[in-house]
Amino acid sequence: MMKNPYLPLPMKLVKNFTETEDKLIHTFTLQFLSEEDEKSFPYMPGQFAELCVFGKGEAPFGIASSPTEPGFLKFSVAKVGTVSTALHMMEEGSIVGVRGPLGNYYPVDQFKGKNVVIIGGGFAFTTLRSLATYMMHPDRRGDFGKITVIYGARNPGLLLYKDELAAWEASPDIDLITTVDREAEGWNGRVGFIPAVTGEVAPSAENAHAIICGPPVMIKFTMPVLEKLGFTPETTIMSLENRMKCGIGMCGRCNVGGKYVCKDGPIFTRAQLNELPNEY
Amino acid sequence: MIVSKKDIPNLLDKMIAEYEVIAPVKKDNFTVFKPVASGTDAVVGEGNTKLPAKELFFPQSEKLFSYSVTEEGTKLEAPMDDKKKVLFGVRPCDARSLKLLDNVFDNDKFQDPYYLTRRENTVMVGIGCNSPASTCFCTSVNSGPFDTSGLDLLLVDTGDAYVVELITEKGKALADQAGLTAASDADKTAAAAAKEAAVVTCQVNTDGLKAKLDVNFYDPIWERIHEKCLGCGACTYLCPTCHCFDIVDDAVDCTGCRVRNWDSCAFPLFTLHGSGHNPRTSNKERYRNRIMHKFKYFVDNFNEIGCVGCGRCIKNCPVNMDIRVVLENIRGSEARLDS
Repeated sequence: MMKNPYLPLPMKLVKNFTETEDKLIHTFTLQFLSEEDEKSFPYMPGQFAELCVFGKGEAPFGIASSPTEPGFLKFSVAKVGTVSTALHMMEEGSIVGVRGPLGNYYPVDQFKGKNVVIIGGGFAFTTLRSLATYMMHPDRRGDFGKITVIYGARNPGLLLYKDELAAWEASPDIDLITTVDREAEGWNGRVGFIPAVTGEVAPSAENAHAIICGPPVMIKFTMPVLEKLGFTPETTIMSLENRMKCGIGMCGRCNVGGKYVCKDGPIFTRAQLNELPNEY
Repeated sequence: MIVSKKDIPNLLDKMIAEYEVIAPVKKDNFTVFKPVASGTDAVVGEGNTKLPAKELFFPQSEKLFSYSVTEEGTKLEAPMDDKKKVLFGVRPCDARSLKLLDNVFDNDKFQDPYYLTRRENTVMVGIGCNSPASTCFCTSVNSGPFDTSGLDLLLVDTGDAYVVELITEKGKALADQAGLTAASDADKTAAAAAKEAAVVTCQVNTDGLKAKLDVNFYDPIWERIHEKCLGCGACTYLCPTCHCFDIVDDAVDCTGCRVRNWDSCAFPLFTLHGSGHNPRTSNKERYRNRIMHKFKYFVDNFNEIGCVGCGRCIKNCPVNMDIRVVLENIRGSEARLDS
């Protein structure tokens, strides 16, 4: 009997956490109901899943937890449509459906022995958090060179995962640079947009990969900075978003040229994207 | 093998005992595929059905599973249609379209169990086209009026009888089961002559079309080519190779079902992001996507043109968009559209 890719795995919502000050992003912690369920969901950083609220529908979200964190999955979701709004209002203890893991993942094997520069803007930091957490795991940290994270938001209240950022700040394993768009009360860190901050920090492109994820305008202006630093189309990696439904390359809506973001992506190198039309 | 035309109802009745038999039946002034209760209900050998055969494997609206979430737990139940079926009297273009759709529903990473279960359990009995319609252009897209791809048996009309060609083992088993008799040499000659005589008059020159599509995504021709199109999506619903769908919940509280419905790349909401951004903003991008999908992306991914030349989109377009003209214009680029 072939596996039915449309059936969700029921999981228990154990935490519905208001992540940002504007209350528009919640982080959901979902617990596997059994060990067997967990085994059926082997994933890697960068993959996504369809979250389903029974009675409302399903929608795709990047997985924010790392496979090095067993027992649960985490998703940070902005309140935008029917499903995300229903999720935001869900009580802890409720059942949520999860369909996945879907899509490809960050090429962590290629990162071995290399320096890794992670650049994130706004709430596109979810799968980047997964990636950083994965690489920082004590069993794996030795596999990678220097890890630099440049992460910005419009204001301090919109930064995700604040407790973890504080821990990373103190950790010798990772070089974290956070920034906000403009001066804010109580903020003593950097001020400036991601492209400018990336230029100031100037991470070396030598033996390095850059992974960039954020709003289109941030990507647009950071690309030339990365190019100037010496990152090539092959060593610049992006994660795309397009509207999706099936997540398995059949329903037809998320294509960029002949590639489906859901099945062939969402992770593409800049070199791969240069070959495709700009329909994203 | 051979079966005389007057024996067709008997033959179907014999099959009905063993299989669910789906054949063209009259509906108003056209034909549609329906399960038949008696062999006499079938109208074999008319022109193509109004709707393509894809709906028999990939219904316009289909329940994927039902669910209930209660204190006792979560229950999911997926129905699987594994009835043994015979699709009788399908035209070669429609049969070929399923062969093409197999690439989509059985892709490099995932299998769609609903579609594939129906495919596995269905014997495809096709009927060749002695007199192709004026809108048929199958020979221009690597098919033809007697194309056997996707078929298990092919019937060739020789006047009073159909000569039955055995294409696959599955087809042979059905023919044996039905007790068909062997065709004489004269019958075989008559079948060959019928094939010879069938001419698809309409030819679309597709030489160099793919090469052009490989490089013309940003070409100004797309600005003009879509102008007449209303974006109604009729062509996509009637197209035997269009496979886009949406998934929705039909439920009260936490009890209900998840359903998939045909959708269309002609619609603006199809690609609209939650943020309000839309990668295919206007009809230009959407029309371009439809053409590109069939004549470039499908070729890149599966090495086949994603069109079978059935002509339904030509016959049914409310503003007479003619894909043959569109393709000619893209190929010839500078040519005028109002030819």
